[in-house]
Amino acid sequence: MSADSAAVRQWVEAYAAVVSEHRGELTRLDQAIGDGDHGTNMDRGMRKAVEKLAGVPDGDVGAQLKAVGMALISSVGGAGGPLYGTLFMQMGQSTTGKEELDAEAFADALEAGVKGVQARGKAEPGDKTMVDALLPAAAALRAAAGEGADLAAALRRAADAAREGRDATIPLVARKGRASYLGERSRDHQDPGATSSHLLLESAATALAS
Amino acid sequence: MKKLINAPDDVVREALEGIEAAHGDRVRVSYDPAYIVRADAPVQGKVGIVSGGGSGHEPMHGGFVGPGMLDAACPGEMFTSPTPDQMLEATKAVNGGAGVLHIVKNYTGDVMNFEMAAELGQGDGIEVASVVTNDDVAVQDSLYTAGRRGVGITVLAEKICGAAADDGKSLAEVADLCRRVNDQGRSMGMALTSCTVPSAGEPTFQLGENEMEIGIGIHGEPGRERMPLEPAARIVERLAGAIVEDLPYESGDSVLAFVNGMGGTPLIELYVAYRELNRVLSDRGITIARNLIGPYITSLEMAGCSITLLRLDDELTRYWDAPVNTPALRWGA
Repeated sequence: MSADSAAVRQWVEAYAAVVSEHRGELTRLDQAIGDGDHGTNMDRGMRKAVEKLAGVPDGDVGAQLKAVGMALISSVGGAGGPLYGTLFMQMGQSTTGKEELDAEAFADALEAGVKGVQARGKAEPGDKTMVDALLPAAAALRAAAGEGADLAAALRRAADAAREGRDATIPLVARKGRASYLGERSRDHQDPGATSSHLLLESAATALAS
Repeated sequence: MKKLINAPDDVVREALEGIEAAHGDRVRVSYDPAYIVRADAPVQGKVGIVSGGGSGHEPMHGGFVGPGMLDAACPGEMFTSPTPDQMLEATKAVNGGAGVLHIVKNYTGDVMNFEMAAELGQGDGIEVASVVTNDDVAVQDSLYTAGRRGVGITVLAEKICGAAADDGKSLAEVADLCRRVNDQGRSMGMALTSCTVPSAGEPTFQLGENEMEIGIGIHGEPGRERMPLEPAARIVERLAGAIVEDLPYESGDSVLAFVNGMGGTPLIELYVAYRELNRVLSDRGITIARNLIGPYITSLEMAGCSITLLRLDDELTRYWDAPVNTPALRWGA
């Protein structure tokens, strides 16, 4: 199976709903090691993204993903806006003109997105950021696609890898973003960006499962 | 949470409406995208100066828009960097043909959003230069962090660069001057209490009745070290000592001393802090040639202060003394 633009729309709407539901949790995680605005910002951004997506015609998946990226860039602010905005923009760039994404195409898109996030935020694995959830997810998606898994199965493995990556941020000392100013005190806290990135993959696995 | 607001989600917009109502003779307010701009912008032939950052630090930056200081300021959501489209529209609004300087505090979000805005502005054919301020000595290990934060020196840089732009300096010259101010400036802050972001509804961190947090930033993020509360004399010695030894400022230096309130500390306590700073610096042979005392770069209702020192030379002093006419800083005009 593969995902067409209607399925991508469902994914974006599902993520917006999940972010809204986890708004308080994301904010609490961010209060512990950041500045306490991650839940609010992502919720505002994803609401805008859903609004903007409603005006984009079905068909071109790339155009949809780019519209989501632009909505996030112009409404989130903070570090989350440019980073999630770039993630979606690069995924959109990678899928321009495509009407369906199979596991391979989704892996290409996610890899392009994560590369964009790293270029914008200069984070390496282990810096205690969203990259720690996204990179393992992209690798798992690529591996699953290579083994011939269908999109639903591949996204399930990606979401599981993102969850493990998210959990692995707990013992890390932050080296990027506001959490880095805490030094050792950032240990034993789960990174809010890795948490929202896991939710993104989890929504993809759920929304695109059928 | 006890706040003088109508609804948490409306605070930023309603404050902008208040600013427009109060200072409409000097500034214009755009709401979508949000920015505050000099009423007479763009000033032809003058370098435009744009800054911005999360809301909650008032009067920075919106209170510093006006002749002799900023041409425009972009307010983000509470403690959240503004977005590139705000910065781009502000940049276009102040471009008088001599280019536009972005003054950016070193915070991950601010830097990334301003980077994107500068790329967009250049794409539109506007010459944009960016200077990132990073004067916070509390961040010691900049190799493994996002680097030193931009704090108090930003206020002084905006004033001095505004005067230089008025003086007809080129974009490259104003940007160089901004870097010089940043290089010659150092800051450090402390908190007696935390602060509450309206949409979060509870304090960003917890601080006991007899505790203080040394080395805070300006977003309610915890600082480097938590310790038992001490008298003002000892607190100022800690902050000033770290600042003086970092640059270092030396005997014979002449400085601008800026004692800033974090939002919840009364002026009378800031003067107590200034008394101690004056003593610490004069013991070290450092002369305070200019000063600024008051809440200028705040963190909502946080109690506490920050100290910023800027080593002065004749040019910096002259630009500091030049007329300025903004809602929050006004002299000679």
